Amino acid sequence: MSLANQIKNQHLMWRAGFGPAVEQLADLPDISSKQLYKALQKASSKKPEYIDVADDFLKGLWAGIDEVGRQQKIKDMKEEDRKKIQQKQRESVRSLNLNWLNVFINTDAQLREKMAFFWHGHFACRNLNVFYQQGLLDVIRRNALGSFRDMLHEISKSAAMLNFLNNQQNRKDHPNENFAREVMELFTLGRGNYTENDVKEAARAFTGWSSDLKGQFVFRRFQHDFGSKTLLGKTGNYDGNEVLDILLSQKQTAKFITQKVYKFFVNDKVDDEKVNWLADRFYQSTYDIGKLMEDIFTSDWFYEEKNIGSKIKSPIELMAGIQRMLPMKLENEESMTFLQRALGQMLFYPPNVAGWPGGKTWIDSSSLMLRMRIPQLINDVDELNIKTKDDDDQMMGKKAQEDGMKPMGYGKRSVIKATIDWKEYIGHFVRQKADSFGEKVQKEQLIGSLASNLLQTKSGVSSELIKQYADAGSKESFIKTATLQLMSTPEYQLC
Amino acid sequence: MVIKRREFIQVGSLATASLMVPKFLKAFEARNMVPAGNKVLVILQLSGGNDGLNTVIPYRNDIYYKSRPRLGIERSKILSLTDEAGLHPALTGFKELYDDGSLGIMNSVGYPNPDRSHFRSMDIWHTGSESKEYWTNGWLGRYLDAQCKGCDKPTYALELDDTLSLAMKGEEAKAIAMKDPKRLFGTANQRFFKDVMQQHKDEPGEQPVDYLYKTLSETVSSAEYIFEKSKFHPSKADYPKTDLGQNLKTIASLIFSDINTKVYYVSHGSFDTHINQQFQQQNLFTQMNDAVKAFTKDLKDNGRFNDVLLMTFSEFGRRVSQNASGGTDHGTANNMFLIGDGIKEKGLINPMPDLSDLDEGDLKYKVDFKNVYATVLKNWLAADDMAILKKKYDYLKFV
Repeated sequence: MSLANQIKNQHLMWRAGFGPAVEQLADLPDISSKQLYKALQKASSKKPEYIDVADDFLKGLWAGIDEVGRQQKIKDMKEEDRKKIQQKQRESVRSLNLNWLNVFINTDAQLREKMAFFWHGHFACRNLNVFYQQGLLDVIRRNALGSFRDMLHEISKSAAMLNFLNNQQNRKDHPNENFAREVMELFTLGRGNYTENDVKEAARAFTGWSSDLKGQFVFRRFQHDFGSKTLLGKTGNYDGNEVLDILLSQKQTAKFITQKVYKFFVNDKVDDEKVNWLADRFYQSTYDIGKLMEDIFTSDWFYEEKNIGSKIKSPIELMAGIQRMLPMKLENEESMTFLQRALGQMLFYPPNVAGWPGGKTWIDSSSLMLRMRIPQLINDVDELNIKTKDDDDQMMGKKAQEDGMKPMGYGKRSVIKATIDWKEYIGHFVRQKADSFGEKVQKEQLIGSLASNLLQTKSGVSSELIKQYADAGSKESFIKTATLQLMSTPEYQLC
Repeated sequence: MVIKRREFIQVGSLATASLMVPKFLKAFEARNMVPAGNKVLVILQLSGGNDGLNTVIPYRNDIYYKSRPRLGIERSKILSLTDEAGLHPALTGFKELYDDGSLGIMNSVGYPNPDRSHFRSMDIWHTGSESKEYWTNGWLGRYLDAQCKGCDKPTYALELDDTLSLAMKGEEAKAIAMKDPKRLFGTANQRFFKDVMQQHKDEPGEQPVDYLYKTLSETVSSAEYIFEKSKFHPSKADYPKTDLGQNLKTIASLIFSDINTKVYYVSHGSFDTHINQQFQQQNLFTQMNDAVKAFTKDLKDNGRFNDVLLMTFSEFGRRVSQNASGGTDHGTANNMFLIGDGIKEKGLINPMPDLSDLDEGDLKYKVDFKNVYATVLKNWLAADDMAILKKKYDYLKFV
């Protein structure tokens, strides 16, 4: 059909998913955006499979954990055992990270996983127990396109969140306000829409909300404050469930969530009119996320020029997007966690409960240069030559002990050992642009076609520049090197 | 003829630059002296929560030894400072600085409603926010915003690391993070980056891609500038071959070059000593001691010790009692070292922490770290502390 159509569809794939996959290249110019969105919805309609990566050793422990707890053995656990468990937990969470990243790259259910990725940042949680994390991940994936109300309730009862926000310590005689505060400030109403008293009263309602050793929700009656509470103008002997519903009954919650969704999926610059329109409908539909996303992705304004290529890709979107376009085999998966850390976004390790701020915060001189070098690093097995910062939540001081008094050089050099299947990539490109591949085709035309697939920005990149750097030895090598160069530009950082 | 520094740099190649070095600078070079410059702040972050009680030790306090039967440092090994306090045995260089009157110790620094999570507490120190606020830019980043309005090289603040800390990210400007000026120059100087920059045509109106090109351009300019400066008067002194040692050597070299950088940021760690604290802290302190010793000597030998304030901090201290694994757990208030010939208050600036007045086993803070920031910003860096910290904080008197 047209280039304009192709760009629109790519726009949809970058926002409603993790970028166009190389297999889609041939279809993108012809299908309509509405058709594409329907296909995305359909592919995301099945219930997601539970992701379970926990180490067998941990599973064994987990199975017997009730027994262990009863025998008070945890307190007497030997230091080496405790260390071993912590080590295994860390490895398992890292495994969960790589596993989910692979889902982003390979799944057809792009819409659901992208939505879950958004919720992962919204309901940000750091917890070093892989079972809790798996549980939380399942909650957001199952509810990603469903009811925000259901998701909020499930998350508030998840072991991961209750522990992370210290609700285990929230008791009638000794309330801990952290959980109630973050639920109001970050998950529902947003700052400035409640008082400190509301937080105190809400905290009382959540007293006794806890989890057992296995991570199942437990309501500890003797810790619960059954008394009357007043918050947001309502009075009653509320429990946690009722408080959550009160928060949802506030239109502000719909507005707060919708605005965040708009910023993440449409444009950093908020259009108040559109947000209000969407929020009203979101509220009326009783927080139906699927309908909200359909409102956005099937609207005309979503495809306006000012929204296309306007968003700086998050590190995850950048990394997944590259791998969706360049089919590749990774020999050393750890390089993917290294890159996440170096670029400032690691799944399951949000900086704090407010999640990742996004936008321009992804870019500084170090991160920009690294981002622009990634295609070459993947292709050339080049040295990375950088060291990421310590994360004591992950390492707990271990690094210093291992290095001791050894003289330090520039730290570990990490290499991304990947083999790109260029044949497949070129095959799909040829199927899309057969006329670009003919004998008499000009290099500029080839570059133009490649650029139209890879870049979403209004300002292009000069084809002279790409021609200069591409390898003109053969048509195949030209396509390969031009692709890598295009992916190494500032323009490629946007979607 | 007054050569404005910015013009002088933009001329470009090294050959041209050396031709244009004013005679008086060349004279200084010959005498091995560098012209006294503006004040410089060096921040040494002790990552992981350093145990302050075993750093500046209340060796006459019974409570200390009662709470730390295994972990308490042997009295005979402690480096005495006063009747009440002494330093960890590995900090011999710090003891010398104390004797020379160039070491100040600020005790019990913290903030209200302390957070004991590494990330959270470090973010609070980096941003200067209250404990329950989530700010997304750092205090030094905002300092850079103020200094660097419309500048093309955000090098007023420099971090010695491969990735940039939150502390150094402003609302608009972001500092440069690098460990090795030569390596940074090599990476940024790739032909492709420069060519990509040159072919870029600005579209009318503000485009999202502009921010990326601006960052790229600043990176390339800064890398060249920093590399040039690093060769101007590099330090010839001996520094330990540890990360910290080499980073401080790089900082010294840049200070001697009269680069426009006013703030340097460097980290050491990890001090998260839940287990086996004696060994780990001893190691880290030895590295820190040797590196700081070399650094201060180098600065003195080059007549710059007056202009430099070295400040250490950690995101929290640790609990008063030891735990069951030969270590300590996350705590709250901690001490800060303030080093330099320009400090106005020396030795123990305020009283040692009161171990009989704890908050559920944790030290109570007496000085809010934002007061320290305000003091340093206003009195040392001549910056608008109120705009940077978004609030008026009282000034302390150490500088």
